[in-house]
Amino acid sequence: MAAPRIIVVGGGLAGLAAVIKIAEAGGHVDLFSIVPVKRSHSVCAQGGINAAKNLKGEGDTTWQHFDDTIYGGDFLANQTPVKAMCEAAPGIIDLLDRMGVPFNRTPEGLLDFRRFGGTLYHRTAFAGATTGQQLLYALDEQVRRYEVDGHVHKYEGWEFLSAIVDGKGACRGIVAMNLRTMEVRAFQAEAVILATGGNGAIFGKSTNSVVCTGSAQSAVFQQGAYYANGEFIQVHPTSIPGEDKLRLMSESARGEGGRVWVPRTPGDKRPVKQIPESERYYFLEEWYPKYGNLVPRDVATRAIHEIVYEHGLGIDGQPMVYLDLTHIDRETLNRKLEGILEIYEKFVGDDPREVPMKIFPGMHYTMGGLWVDNNQMTNIPGLFACGECEYQYHGANRLGANSLVSCIFGGFSVGPIALKYAKNVDAAEGDGGAAAEIARQTEMNQQLLKNEGNENPFRIWRELGVTMTEHATVIRYNKGLKQADEKIVELLDRFQNVSLADRTQWANTSFAFTRQLYNMLELSRVIVQGALLRDESRGAHYKPDFPERNDEKFLKTTKASFTGAPEGPRFEYEDVDTQFIKPRPRRYDAAK
Amino acid sequence: MAKTVKFEIKRQAGPEAPAVWENFELEWRQGMNVISAMMEIAANPVTADGKATTPITYDSNCLEEICGSCAMRINGKARMACSALVENLEQPIKIEPLSKFPLVRDLQVDRSVLFENLMRVKAWVPVDGTYDLGSGPRVFPQQQEANYPLSNCISCTCCMEVCPQFNEATGFVGAATIAQVKLFNNHPTGKVFKEERLRALAGDGGIQECGYAQNCVEACPKQIPLTNAISDVGRDVVVQKMKDFLRG
Repeated sequence: MAAPRIIVVGGGLAGLAAVIKIAEAGGHVDLFSIVPVKRSHSVCAQGGINAAKNLKGEGDTTWQHFDDTIYGGDFLANQTPVKAMCEAAPGIIDLLDRMGVPFNRTPEGLLDFRRFGGTLYHRTAFAGATTGQQLLYALDEQVRRYEVDGHVHKYEGWEFLSAIVDGKGACRGIVAMNLRTMEVRAFQAEAVILATGGNGAIFGKSTNSVVCTGSAQSAVFQQGAYYANGEFIQVHPTSIPGEDKLRLMSESARGEGGRVWVPRTPGDKRPVKQIPESERYYFLEEWYPKYGNLVPRDVATRAIHEIVYEHGLGIDGQPMVYLDLTHIDRETLNRKLEGILEIYEKFVGDDPREVPMKIFPGMHYTMGGLWVDNNQMTNIPGLFACGECEYQYHGANRLGANSLVSCIFGGFSVGPIALKYAKNVDAAEGDGGAAAEIARQTEMNQQLLKNEGNENPFRIWRELGVTMTEHATVIRYNKGLKQADEKIVELLDRFQNVSLADRTQWANTSFAFTRQLYNMLELSRVIVQGALLRDESRGAHYKPDFPERNDEKFLKTTKASFTGAPEGPRFEYEDVDTQFIKPRPRRYDAAK
Repeated sequence: MAKTVKFEIKRQAGPEAPAVWENFELEWRQGMNVISAMMEIAANPVTADGKATTPITYDSNCLEEICGSCAMRINGKARMACSALVENLEQPIKIEPLSKFPLVRDLQVDRSVLFENLMRVKAWVPVDGTYDLGSGPRVFPQQQEANYPLSNCISCTCCMEVCPQFNEATGFVGAATIAQVKLFNNHPTGKVFKEERLRALAGDGGIQECGYAQNCVEACPKQIPLTNAISDVGRDVVVQKMKDFLRG
């Protein structure tokens, strides 16, 4: 039999990790990415990567890491895969170290670790404050090595449009579009791995990169894949609001001792440095004495919201609070946090070593994603998923520095599984459905190109972002969620009248964007309706009208499936695997 | 009328198409950067004289100056568009594509030559495998602090754009690749390929093409010590050439 063909879509940490495992086992991979893989969104991760290496004499264990992750995720994550991830994490750090990641070091030359949110241990390995960049480069370099060997063929500048699904419902390849020539082509394969990241663009402005639209996930959802826990969206407590995006200000700023505060007097007019210690309200430290500034992100984000909108204590009456590093010496700041301090300096103009930063929560991470089984396979046989685009490692809230480890672990897990599947699967009948799928995608493109209407896709997108941010982020009310769903239906309707200002067939970025936009609209209904149905509060999903967690009714994975009907997706619920740690109340104002 | 910002953007529908300049006048907004201006144009693609046009094609992704995508020439200077804040720029703001790389469309160019160069110099650490082999080599903080800045290269190619020697006649690899050679030659395991990397930089298009204009280090948005890297690697290349000569 010919060597199996495997496709990986997405060249961030998860995708590259999968590629490396397959190439190492002698397999051949076609790697698809919208951007050159070295420019993938993983590059934005800043603070670090978690692994219970216990190099600080604290008695940290992989079980503690497991327990912190499950507790931090408010018990919604299936425990078997999370346990395996935490057990694998120390070995992953060692491997990255061997690959040359310039992790920060102790004087003795060992790996240094910092604290992060939702744990009391120093468990986060880091390379300055650009850990994601350094990790991505390390994997990118290994993949380049396999590219030279001929094990990997990169298709950079190609966008995934859809899966090829055969008559029996199995995935047999993908249809992708060349973003220069706009050519639509079928690529056949025995197994396909999606590693396409999060969906921040659905919220308009977020900390995510431009390519993080969720378009690929939505496309396969519309082809029959389950989408799980879509309503769980992480809003990071500390971002820098901008005109084009919200820039992340890493949790590592607090891990290294950064303090969040506001003046106790509303609208205090004094220059910030002249406000005495006694008149500063360190609300996280007062409300959560045990964890202080390092409570999990959902908790910190809600606290900042409460300070700003209920106590009216935002700086100058604006939705902003201080994140203060000025009490830490410059040398330490430069050694451990330089990357993020530079971002603040460049984009805001102030030096955070001298003046406290002004920050506010911003949409950051997609906990939900494609439903996968314990083999990282979706319900479409042959279609796998790993990384942020799937749902299984973070439950209702992700702990900081767990994303990098979940991406790499997911990629490392799925690579060998997909290879094995590809070797054993029966050959496709005929073309496996390729011609039919090409025809379907071409028809969609033709329709879009000849559409005559008065709607601009970028304006529809802005309206979507405003609606989603207002109703489906930090605080959720059923009334607002219903309004949001109605708005999305209106936008879907208006999408039919989208008229492209550019109808050429060469490097037409707005055409590609408009295809993504439709998928964003479909996926946003999964988020909004999933949130509407979940009448409880759990992790990042918070409803003031249902402030308690309700395990009896909602200790369940939400599974959405596409119907094509006007009322939107169909929802069902699946029990959560809680075989190792019994759910207990989650509170961070005391030791757990 | 509210305060506005003027832009002149060089447009080119394709590699063979003629270049034309289009002017735009946008409403000023606090914190505006070149990217947010182009997003605004996409949402309302009309020139300053009211003519309908198309959204501008450009590369971008992270918008935090870490992915290296959005390099272009802004008021004549090669830099990242995301960190180009409008309030710091003289108007009209002139935007052009990088000039040393094959043009794709508008502000989008093909910079894949850098990734090809990284293959030529084996810019990786050859690990035995991804299975668990225990911890990596011990690295002291002083060494980490020397290597980390080199590892910050975002492949934006600004250093290549501004280099007078980076052109078709010389075939020069450019500063970014040389800095990566230094990085991997410094690594306890990576240095196993040190000789091969130095030989790859020894011939035509190699390090000898550098004319020490020092534009690279000034243009680098990440303040990578590129000229130091070039002189260190240059010395190693000369030593390697002598060794190879003596070995016959």
